[in-house]
Amino acid sequence: MSNIASAFKNGKAFIPFITCGDPDLETTGKLVREMAANGADLIELGIPFSDPTAEGPVIQAANIRALSGGVTTDKIFDFVAELRRDVKIPLVFMTYANVVFSYDAERFMARCCETGVGGIILPDLPFEEKDEFSAICKQYGVDLISLIAPTSADRIAMIAKEAEGFIYIVSSLGVTGVRSQITTDISSIVKVIRENTDVPCAVGFGISNPEQAAKMSQYADGVIVGSAIVKQVAEYGREAAAPVGEFTAKMKAAIV
Amino acid sequence: MSQSKGRFGVHGGQYIPETLMNAVIELEKEYEHYKNDPDFVRELDDLLKKYAGRPSLLYYAEKLTNTLGGAKIYLKREDLNHTGSHKINNVLGQALLAKKMGKTRLIAETGAGQHGVATATAAALLGMECVVFMGEEDTKRQALNVYRMRLLGATVIPVTSGTATLKDAVSEAMREWTSRIDDTHYCLGSVMGPHPFPTIVRDFQSVISKEAREQILEYEGRLPDAVIACVGGGSNAIGSFYNFIGDESVRLIGCEAAGRGIDTFETAATVNTGRLGIFHGMKSYFCQDEYGQIAPVYSISAGLDYPGVGPEHAYLHDIGRAEYVPITDDEAVDAFEFLSRTEGIIPAIESAHAVAYAMKLAPTMDKDKIIIVTISGRGDKDCAAIARYRGEDIYE
Repeated sequence: MSNIASAFKNGKAFIPFITCGDPDLETTGKLVREMAANGADLIELGIPFSDPTAEGPVIQAANIRALSGGVTTDKIFDFVAELRRDVKIPLVFMTYANVVFSYDAERFMARCCETGVGGIILPDLPFEEKDEFSAICKQYGVDLISLIAPTSADRIAMIAKEAEGFIYIVSSLGVTGVRSQITTDISSIVKVIRENTDVPCAVGFGISNPEQAAKMSQYADGVIVGSAIVKQVAEYGREAAAPVGEFTAKMKAAIV
Repeated sequence: MSQSKGRFGVHGGQYIPETLMNAVIELEKEYEHYKNDPDFVRELDDLLKKYAGRPSLLYYAEKLTNTLGGAKIYLKREDLNHTGSHKINNVLGQALLAKKMGKTRLIAETGAGQHGVATATAAALLGMECVVFMGEEDTKRQALNVYRMRLLGATVIPVTSGTATLKDAVSEAMREWTSRIDDTHYCLGSVMGPHPFPTIVRDFQSVISKEAREQILEYEGRLPDAVIACVGGGSNAIGSFYNFIGDESVRLIGCEAAGRGIDTFETAATVNTGRLGIFHGMKSYFCQDEYGQIAPVYSISAGLDYPGVGPEHAYLHDIGRAEYVPITDDEAVDAFEFLSRTEGIIPAIESAHAVAYAMKLAPTMDKDKIIIVTISGRGDKDCAAIARYRGEDIYE
């Protein structure tokens, strides 16, 4: 069991995403502290991957900025260990299966455990492939977060039954990125999830403003926002902490 | 409990976003149905014969054989297929399957443009919409094929992300598929990606070795000693190997693009320089760094310029059934010119990698030995690039 559950105890959870090392780890540290101070309940930290096939242009660009800045999985673990001296907020990693596999899954999860990273999201690891990692995750108390998509249909119950930490509901078809409208019937998906598990669920993909966040929080236990924040990091670079903090406060206020 | 599907030893699987899972499950179900459906089989067979021009010739390259002075060399002439390469074998199968599934739109990735051209061709023939993703770098070095695709009614989208080559075209096609699944089939061009693609593409390409095996038995009364094909993702190679896998006496040799050499970073020789990893929906060997970041690979050949290899090849390598050898740009270009002059056959620069290895191997073998080399495509598309390589600027 991880500390993820505590993120859902303070009303609806606001879950921001940033890419580690974009543009450098010092900025990532400032962003995490600022978002935590402004009402984030759980932070998703992206470990950059060279070829992030589930991402739209905004997060793809963040991955490139981070990798060109020289960030590596080892540097990110060292960074999180340092962060943990004063930052208590629940953290999860979001990356791609190859990053974990090439680091050695056991070594990766052991370091998550040491540094207090409670969960991991791997968008290219569907239900059928999760056994390869799930036993190791369990051993180290790291929740392997399941994703449910608008196309999951008859798969929702099966996925929900084995979910841990929280369930990541993908709001829309396609890749990550800001969307003007979300048309998926989230409430029907949540209904099926609820029939099968008590694990909280959060909606992500395309949510960029307080109005959308408020709407999505009516159906789910939390709201995940990535591209809208990463856009600000792209715009303000090393000075992004203040605007991102402000944005976090607005989003959290909209969903409580 | 979850259950991983489509494994070749430890390789393969379905490492894709949840959004696509029902699509690949449906594809597998429909494929399993149609591959045994007599009407489907007849229709596809008809297209292959009457439209694509199969069976392709197995040609005894006597002059090449005599010049090299060793084993007898036969060329499996996939370059003579309609659209000029082996890609049409797979595309006709998948396009017909997609049509039966009620899809109206095909998307595809392409490297050299041969798969894109084949997909655009099938889409035109079957009345389907077609969008092809192609690395921007490749749209420059294969400009003729870009024009062919547009002429055939397809939309070509230049991909600027990453290294702007085949790998990025695959990523972009996958992204497009997650955003539009209902009416769209992703017509993957090689024996890669998530299950069931490696199996479907292999099955459709295995016609190459099915014919070659029958032809060589007819001409020589015996099996060949070696079968040689080039490997990027590996579709023409698996097609050339497949019906010989059970024939232990037949050496199966895949030729990887070594670029400027396997001791440089400018290479795309995955089996020779890569490590086990997970990417583009499959577990297999990939060129990558110690943290699993996919390497920016290089080859003169846009069709072999890919950092991974199909999972069945990775498996054939693991069990020692097939050998994978590196061929450099220089060797491939020499072979491109050599085959053109010796036999009057201009091979695709991809296929020239296979010819290059035959040029090394044949002289070491006795004259009563037999080699089959698959000429996966024709080389017209490469003439301008090879001329540039030799320092001559010509207009395409």
